[in-house]
Amino acid sequence: MTSLTRSPSLARRVAGVASPVWRMDGWLLAAVAALTVIGTLLVWSSTRASLAGAPSGLLQRHLLNLCIGLGLGGAIAMVDHRWLRAYAPLLYALAMLGLLLVLTPAGETINGSHSWIVIGGAFQFQPSEFAKPALVLGLALLLAEVREDDVRPRDFDVWLALGIAAIPMGLVMLQPDLGTTLVLVAITAGVLILSGVRMRWIAGLAGVAVVAAVIVWQFQLLEAYQVNRFMAFIDPSLDPRGAGYNSRQALITIGSGEVFGKGLFNGGQTTGKFVPEQHTDFVFTVAGEELGFVGAAAIVGLLGVVLLRGLKIARECEDRFGALVASGIVCWLAFQMFINVGMTIGIMPITGLPLPFVSYGGTATFANFIAIGLLQAIHIRERSYG
Amino acid sequence: MSLMQSRMIALHVFVVVMLVVLAGRLWQVQVMRGQHFVTVANKTQTRAVVVPAVRGQILDAVGRPLVRNRTSLVVSVDTMELSRMPDKGKAVIGRLAELLGRPAVDIQKRVRLCGPKVSRPCWPGSPYQPVPVDDHVSTPMALQLLERQEEFPGVSARVQAVRDYPLGDDGAQMLGYLQPVTQQELERRVGLKASFSGVDLVGRSGLEAQYDEYLRGKPGVRAYNVDRMGKIIGTESHMAPTTGDTLVTSIDARVQASVDAALDKVMRRAKDRPDGAAGVVLDVKTGRVIALSSLPTYNPKIWIGGISDPAYQRLLSEKNGKPLTSRATNGELAPGSTFKVVSVAGAVKDGYPLHGTYDCPGTFRVGNREFRNFEGVAHGRMNLHQALVVSCDTIFYRFAYEQWQRDGGIRPRAKPRDPLEAMSRAFGFGRRTGIDLPNEADGRIPSREWKRDLWEVTREENCRRARTGYPEVHRKDPTRAVFLKRLAAENCKEGYVWRPGDAANFSIGQGDVLVTPLQLAVAYAALVGDGRIRSPRIARALVRPDGRVVKEITPPVVGRLPVSDEVRDYMRRALADVTRGKGTAAGPFSTFPLDRVHVAGKTGTAEVYGKRDTAWFASFAPAQDPRFVVVVMVSQGGMGGGVAAPIAREIWESIYGVGRPAAMPGGVPPSGLPAFQADGTVRVPPDPRHEAIPVKTPRDSERPGRPGRPGDQEEATPPRRGPDDAPGEGTGDGTGEGPGEGTGEGPGEGTPGNAGEDGPRAREPDADDGPRRPRDQGE
Repeated sequence: MTSLTRSPSLARRVAGVASPVWRMDGWLLAAVAALTVIGTLLVWSSTRASLAGAPSGLLQRHLLNLCIGLGLGGAIAMVDHRWLRAYAPLLYALAMLGLLLVLTPAGETINGSHSWIVIGGAFQFQPSEFAKPALVLGLALLLAEVREDDVRPRDFDVWLALGIAAIPMGLVMLQPDLGTTLVLVAITAGVLILSGVRMRWIAGLAGVAVVAAVIVWQFQLLEAYQVNRFMAFIDPSLDPRGAGYNSRQALITIGSGEVFGKGLFNGGQTTGKFVPEQHTDFVFTVAGEELGFVGAAAIVGLLGVVLLRGLKIARECEDRFGALVASGIVCWLAFQMFINVGMTIGIMPITGLPLPFVSYGGTATFANFIAIGLLQAIHIRERSYG
Repeated sequence: MSLMQSRMIALHVFVVVMLVVLAGRLWQVQVMRGQHFVTVANKTQTRAVVVPAVRGQILDAVGRPLVRNRTSLVVSVDTMELSRMPDKGKAVIGRLAELLGRPAVDIQKRVRLCGPKVSRPCWPGSPYQPVPVDDHVSTPMALQLLERQEEFPGVSARVQAVRDYPLGDDGAQMLGYLQPVTQQELERRVGLKASFSGVDLVGRSGLEAQYDEYLRGKPGVRAYNVDRMGKIIGTESHMAPTTGDTLVTSIDARVQASVDAALDKVMRRAKDRPDGAAGVVLDVKTGRVIALSSLPTYNPKIWIGGISDPAYQRLLSEKNGKPLTSRATNGELAPGSTFKVVSVAGAVKDGYPLHGTYDCPGTFRVGNREFRNFEGVAHGRMNLHQALVVSCDTIFYRFAYEQWQRDGGIRPRAKPRDPLEAMSRAFGFGRRTGIDLPNEADGRIPSREWKRDLWEVTREENCRRARTGYPEVHRKDPTRAVFLKRLAAENCKEGYVWRPGDAANFSIGQGDVLVTPLQLAVAYAALVGDGRIRSPRIARALVRPDGRVVKEITPPVVGRLPVSDEVRDYMRRALADVTRGKGTAAGPFSTFPLDRVHVAGKTGTAEVYGKRDTAWFASFAPAQDPRFVVVVMVSQGGMGGGVAAPIAREIWESIYGVGRPAAMPGGVPPSGLPAFQADGTVRVPPDPRHEAIPVKTPRDSERPGRPGRPGDQEEATPPRRGPDDAPGEGTGDGTGEGPGEGTGEGPGEGTPGNAGEDGPRAREPDADDGPRRPRDQGE
């Protein structure tokens, strides 16, 4: 492998400035591209102008968001991730600033979450999405530092890591946005475990998590709707018209797609808007109904390709920082995908999380592409410098 | 790095497990249970709205409407749309109430859905079906509603077809009525995909019920795609309604009207105060029904738009004479002397010479009891011809008694011949005629078997009474109580025995024999026609609105009289003399031009215990070659010759145009079906009396959905009698039908029906309907 990079082919030498492009992971790129195309079609289908009450112009915005995301991701891929390591504290600080800004009067409430900043009336910005890559970078930075001949981070670094994870978690909880908080928990847990912390740390943190969950439940720190969603997940017949409705309609919608689906734009459930938020959090139901098992499984498969390529990149990266960043990203995307798809098919409670690369979204799309950019950057540098 | 590598492998496994879990669950949901979710999804995505079909008309033989459709402006409220309003439509309903001039609460109640805790008034149909709140809206009101739609969102005014009865009260029981169909009835129907909408009507009696399947047409169904709020976002499918078939009957509207008018006249006669009357006109040649009347009657329009409870109770009440029941098909009464044609046929069949002469004494001893002629008059020796003309009873008592003796008397032989019973059944008595109307009555032919059944049912009570006696009667009438006790004792012991008194009464249409006016008409039609018993039919054909004949209906031949042509001819000639000379109906026909139209017939006066006589006249004309049979029955009317025959005369005058315009010019019913024109209308041939009545037949189109010209079909025929006339018309004595009637002559009354010393009668009036039940179940 190293021999390959030490003697680049003629074609790659001719490519000159753009040469890192050729060293990107092709599978990852293709899978993301395919997911993006499918996602665009599904967003189109679920926001068609003919649909009563459907927001119009969302497809164009989605395409614009994808372009911006692609630009951001591409730019980051070209950057040496060790350079990013130097700027990680700054990026983290910026993200935290964004989260703080949301809590000031500058923040806006959309769909029950006070997690938006609206710039110029049109451009909506969700800082919590940027908190995900920022936390990945911050944690990797702290936990990559190990003494010679040691494979585990020092306890002090672990404490520090928990500290920098707690800040965004707390800020996001204040919005409140339970889904993103859980993603941050997943990222923190993943990076900590992979960094090699002792089992007692893992056990201890798991215990803390359980205690925290119990406290949250007992002291009713969650919003009523969050509790209802969870209860409805446990017993969907509890409130079939209310909290159980989304869950049930999502399942009906996906199930009615059968093997080959009803065809793009032909979903009766989608057209009737039986599932709310079907272009964002519940976009997977559109895939299930219109593309059937074949299409839905393909999306899961493509996401699987993204995750497995990400893991491969992490495994092959000999630089601890890069490996931790890549693993953190995989944890983030894997968790988000599992929760999102799982809630539409009735195996997870409903949590407001978009499906990476498929759902309509602005900041979320940027964050996803930043994640892919980071993975590619790690992959490219790994190949360049061994 | 090995620690990190190993933990990474764990993550790897974790990711792969997640992917497998998701794919597995997808397989389960989409592939394994997919079909189930498709069904569920279809149910939630579409809403069916029923578009009612226009019901077919009912026409008379030449195309005059008996039941037609009138357009009516109906205001409906779409409750789904109201429920989406912020105030749940309160404001709209308030404005609507103001416009219609009704309290808003009233409308609120009507549009709410019926439920376990919501009782009427409420809407029993589908929530997606617009709820009709008013069906008598004036055109200006409807226009206001349509023009000010922004003030009345969800409120619509539509033209809807509503039943209209040009004949008013005439033949109401025969035509029948409509009621909203119930969920259960809908589920029983085959092939109807639409769900219960609450707007469908079903024929509940008469022709409307009998031919409901044809008349009702097929409702259209509009399947809408709805979103999760129930808002309509598109039309999935649309099936236009199909107008029902037009029912062409053999009824002649004018003859029908004349029968009703003649019966009405006698019903109103203050001195007699009959409690019911019926008239049947049959076509002898074909067995078709030309008129079928029963009084008291009512105007079927009271059913339109839902009958009120007081009005319904009025229809059912004894006091008003139960106008819902047709006495023509369901009134079971003793036929009296009209039954003698059966006795003559039975006697001749049994070997009595047709041309023999028989003594007609004033009384005839049956067993140990005297049976008297009418008013005890002796007529001397006479032939059977004369016996029919003067209606001698004693000749038939003798026949019956001798036949009874030949069958073994009190100890009957193994296989008694019972010639009269056999002949009665051959004439079609004791069973339904099979007319195309629901719930026809059977009538009753008394027999040994019937007596035994009755005895078995009543034995226990009779034996108990034989021991305990009748203390409650004893207080008032000790003699009667003693008699009743003795009667009970004998009935207990040998009430099953067919006694000579039973046979004698039977022979003159008294005692236990019961017939319906229709049965009698069918029997006479067979007798004076070709000897074949035909199951009468009112319907001639079912025709599509464009004139295409769907089904032609011919009265089927269901039997043949075992009577030779010679005997039938003999009787026909005899009956021709009843209306002249010494005949029992000579009086009423004394001024009738018999030389032009020779009306023949037989009178009947049936005695009913505790009530006045039932008057009968069974007639036919022309006597030489009979074309029509007219049977008239007046319950509690009096003498057949004095009460029933004059009514029949009026009917004959109308048919042939005696002293008035002929209802059936030439005395011949139309041979073909009315001429349907291409546009669906029927041209009624012009006649001297009336201009042709234009009849509009609805085409196969979605009429109710389109605002039309509501006024253009308003050609209401004012009813001859208003429905308000009905109360107080009855005599309060019961209805003149039912098993108790005409059978219950009690002991010791001295009537010809009384068994007297001869032997105890099987029955007390209050034990009367006992024996019918086991028989009915067997059929």
